Amino acid sequence: MKIGVIAMQGAFREHEQTLARLGVETLRIRRSEQLSQVDGVIIPGGESTTIGKLLGDFNLMEPLREKILKGLPVFGTCAGMILLAKEIENSNQPRIGTMDIKVARNAFGRQVDSFEIDLVIPEVGQEPVRAVFIRAPYILEVKPNVQILAKVEDKIVMARQENMLVSAFHPELTDDLRIHRYFIEKVCKGL
Amino acid sequence: MGEKGTWVVKKGLAEMLKGGVIMDVTTPEQAKIAEEAGACAVMALERVPADIRAAGGVARMADPNVILRIMDAVTIPVMAKVRIGHFVEAQILEALGVDYIDESEVLTPADELFHIDKHAFKVPFVCGARNLGEALRRIGEGAAMIRTKGEPGTGNVVEAVRHMRQVMGEIRRLQNMPREELMTAAKEMGAPYDLVLYVHEHGRLPVVNFAAGGIATPADAALMMQLGADGIFVGSGIFKSKDPVGRAKAIVAATTYYDDPKVLAEVSKGLGEAMPGIDIKTIAQAERMSERGW
Repeated sequence: MKIGVIAMQGAFREHEQTLARLGVETLRIRRSEQLSQVDGVIIPGGESTTIGKLLGDFNLMEPLREKILKGLPVFGTCAGMILLAKEIENSNQPRIGTMDIKVARNAFGRQVDSFEIDLVIPEVGQEPVRAVFIRAPYILEVKPNVQILAKVEDKIVMARQENMLVSAFHPELTDDLRIHRYFIEKVCKGL
Repeated sequence: MGEKGTWVVKKGLAEMLKGGVIMDVTTPEQAKIAEEAGACAVMALERVPADIRAAGGVARMADPNVILRIMDAVTIPVMAKVRIGHFVEAQILEALGVDYIDESEVLTPADELFHIDKHAFKVPFVCGARNLGEALRRIGEGAAMIRTKGEPGTGNVVEAVRHMRQVMGEIRRLQNMPREELMTAAKEMGAPYDLVLYVHEHGRLPVVNFAAGGIATPADAALMMQLGADGIFVGSGIFKSKDPVGRAKAIVAATTYYDDPKVLAEVSKGLGEAMPGIDIKTIAQAERMSERGW
């Protein structure tokens, strides 16, 4: 099993380190031909406008979209979630746009409102996950084919639609490996 | 909701900026150009460093109106600068809701002995450093992000290179040092022992380290990335050049593809004139911004 980490900009190093701890091989993806060498991809946190622009300029956007539509497992965190959403509130920014969700950017506020919180995610276990939200988005609406995995108050912050997993928070910034393990075991191998 | 302003959250935003370019802007229009070119954040200023250098006198925090208009214009994080030691300017920026504060040598220091106690704030800080001791002192005070200083407003990358090589060299030295030598190293560097120990064990700073001060071309940005920077600050280099849009895009691409000379060659083509540069040797010691801070 080899997982590609989209390395245009953002926290791709932390995802690589988390996957390494799980014994999963990784590949930094900056060129479209690399997509055929991996069994799944992670789109990290960062600035969604920056990552989206670079994906377009360097001809990765279309190949990535096609692969995901054909079933390539993908996990998007924060900016990655925004890029996977079909709809982004008040924005026409470039996106992959494969998942039936509508998101709001910077939805919890600016950096002074960034927070961490204990979050129970039944799919990954009963012990809460320490979830880190940084200028985070959340999901405003989902289609019925999307499974909601976690909420903060009434805001959707983690969801799955078949081969696509998204979280508004950053599991790669903590030592808890359960969410990445869920992606590998349930999304990548479970399909 | 949850816990705000924690170390994880402050340091975390800097992690999200990695591999990106933070651009100095003075107007909402420039901020939009920066965002559209792919900047991962902007630094809101009244004047870019080259103009601050030319104007002389005392340089202070920008007018809050300038900062607020830039915050309204873009969706990416907005940073702003305060004078070294001026914790009230920092309180003001925190009240405005800026995303990151740069306690910066580009402005005239307000305190010649003490930097700001950055742990006292919910908003994260970035600080400049010329060497590892300085970087670790700032982190000890609460900086959640470091940038090498370089010499701002010169369009000359030589000081940025010097400072990055210095920091990376000292990290390698600490990494290879036997444990019994670390306390003396901490004493000589003037750095907190626990942070010296962290660098020894991990082979890197405990926070993100960007390059700044004199970066003017895509090649400059890629050079700093190859020397070990986590990302790039461009001050005067973009909006003092002939083609800010083209140059901004090219520097963003060069920061991502820093180890791919073919891409670097492609994006370096036809950018027009870079900002006019200054030979560091012609700047009097007292006028060197990088000498500010302790």
